[in-house]
Amino acid sequence: MFMILGYPAPLMFGQLLLGLINGAFYALLSLGLAVIFGMLNIVNFAHGALFMLGAFVAWGLLEYLGIGYWVALFLAPLIVGVFGVLTEKLLIRHLYKLDHLYGLLLTFGLALIIEGLARNQYGSSGMPYRIPAALQGATDLGFMFLPNYRGWVVLAAAVMCLITWLVIEKTSVGATLRAATENAPLVQAFGVNVPRLITLTYAGGVALAAFAGVLAAPIYSVNPNMGANFIIVVFAVVVIGGMGSILGSIVTGFGLGIIEGLTKVFYPQASATVIFLVMVIVLLARPAGLFGKAA
Amino acid sequence: MLEVRGLNSWYGESHILHGVDFDVQEGEVVTLLGRNGAGKTTTMKSIMGLVPRRQGSIRFKGQETLSLRPDEIARTGIAFCPEERGIFASLNVTENLMLPRTVAPGGLDLPTIYTLFPNLKERASSQGTKLSGGEQQMLAIARILRTGAKLLLLDEPTEGLAPVIVQQIGRTIREIKQRGFTVLLVEQNFRFAATVADRHYVVEHGRVIDMIPNAQLEASMGKLHGYLGV
Ligand SMILES: Nc1ncnc2c1ncn2[C@@H]1O[C@H](COP(=O)(O)OP(=O)(O)O)[C@@H](O)[C@H]1O
Ligand SMILES: [Mg+2]
Repeated sequence: MFMILGYPAPLMFGQLLLGLINGAFYALLSLGLAVIFGMLNIVNFAHGALFMLGAFVAWGLLEYLGIGYWVALFLAPLIVGVFGVLTEKLLIRHLYKLDHLYGLLLTFGLALIIEGLARNQYGSSGMPYRIPAALQGATDLGFMFLPNYRGWVVLAAAVMCLITWLVIEKTSVGATLRAATENAPLVQAFGVNVPRLITLTYAGGVALAAFAGVLAAPIYSVNPNMGANFIIVVFAVVVIGGMGSILGSIVTGFGLGIIEGLTKVFYPQASATVIFLVMVIVLLARPAGLFGKAA
Repeated sequence: MLEVRGLNSWYGESHILHGVDFDVQEGEVVTLLGRNGAGKTTTMKSIMGLVPRRQGSIRFKGQETLSLRPDEIARTGIAFCPEERGIFASLNVTENLMLPRTVAPGGLDLPTIYTLFPNLKERASSQGTKLSGGEQQMLAIARILRTGAKLLLLDEPTEGLAPVIVQQIGRTIREIKQRGFTVLLVEQNFRFAATVADRHYVVEHGRVIDMIPNAQLEASMGKLHGYLGV
């Protein structure tokens, strides 16, 4: 059998792919967290629950309305985005004048409520969501078989990250967003409706989480814990990348997914902790994170 | 054009402005002179709606603006250039220039702005905060000329700048006055103020305590030295 560094190549590539897929979710989730943190200055603890909500909405659209995967990929983020608009306008908005801690507590409570309701209604075992017909099967890459859906997830996540990055770094809307992150009152004095911009930023960030949730639905079963399982690692990603850094969250998300996957090959016992080990090392060397600006 | 009456402002518990009164007529350049901490910046921020609490009356073109949000005040046609310049580090020069929203027709177009400030064209893709202090001040003024706002609030545009740059800013202010802009200018340097302004208000302890037409500035030197402690 073909070997790499003394390990069977299929095992290696298999874990690398798993790592890339996890990395895709880390990147999408931490990207949304970074955008929200930059603008609202709150750590959105509801992010994992909204990822889960995205998967549930996709499942519900199919189950109750017969609306399939491709439409759900747009519709679920939109629906969760509208939920985000309401959440920001009705709840989070009232906390900006208070300590950050209150925003964290509020969104944490929100996560518990959303997950609790889902568990109450659907139990914890999870419901299957079928891979769309066009993406079933696998492709022989020569050195391994790539399940088509998994390839699609990595591609879709990478493209979505790229689009988000381009919008933020290269458009005038993105320039307004960056400026408001630096000095919101001045941007408002330049005629920009900053409260509305904040609402839309929150909605956009949670829509990214919901998009990730729809991508995840066919891979993991749609269950109330799917967000909670991810979110702890995602917070580590955000800290390693540097709070609020857009590029940092994308690169770190994919990078840590790969590191985690490779650890499963070389030293499986550490695969669950390696990310936190990296976090400790990075924080010791660069307290602001890899891409963060020192305060 | 602008009528400020009985303006009181607070930062939290500190009561900073205690009934500020003054007017600016259309087409005038008017300064607020006064010592450090007198309340000049707070007056400008109050006009823009950027203080936590204010009372009294601020009418712009007859419209009361006290209950408006900063973005709504901006859209009535007032533009603000802050003392700390407010150049955004994460935006390049062009993005900084294009950031303020167009609020009315009749703003200066980009070619005109680049004629007034040639440096900005050369540095178009530089990061905003990589510019020299003088260039940053130019950028901070240039970007509010674009918006169509006709009342410009300039907070100490000459602070900490070299004499040639101060002269260039003086020329710019006279030029924009000719183009029909109205300017409310905060200055500590009354010698500079005398070269651009029509009238001067003296601010002390959160009140306007005197008004001096520019023509009487020479005659009022003694009084002014007393006010400003120079
Ligand atoms: N953000 C703030 N919070 C509390 N007090 C402030 C704040 N900004 C200014 N002050 C106080 O308000 C007073 C007036 O300040 P300011 O308007 O900046 O004066 P000037 O521009 O005339 O130098 C000063 O005593 C200053 O210490
Ligand atoms: Mg000041």
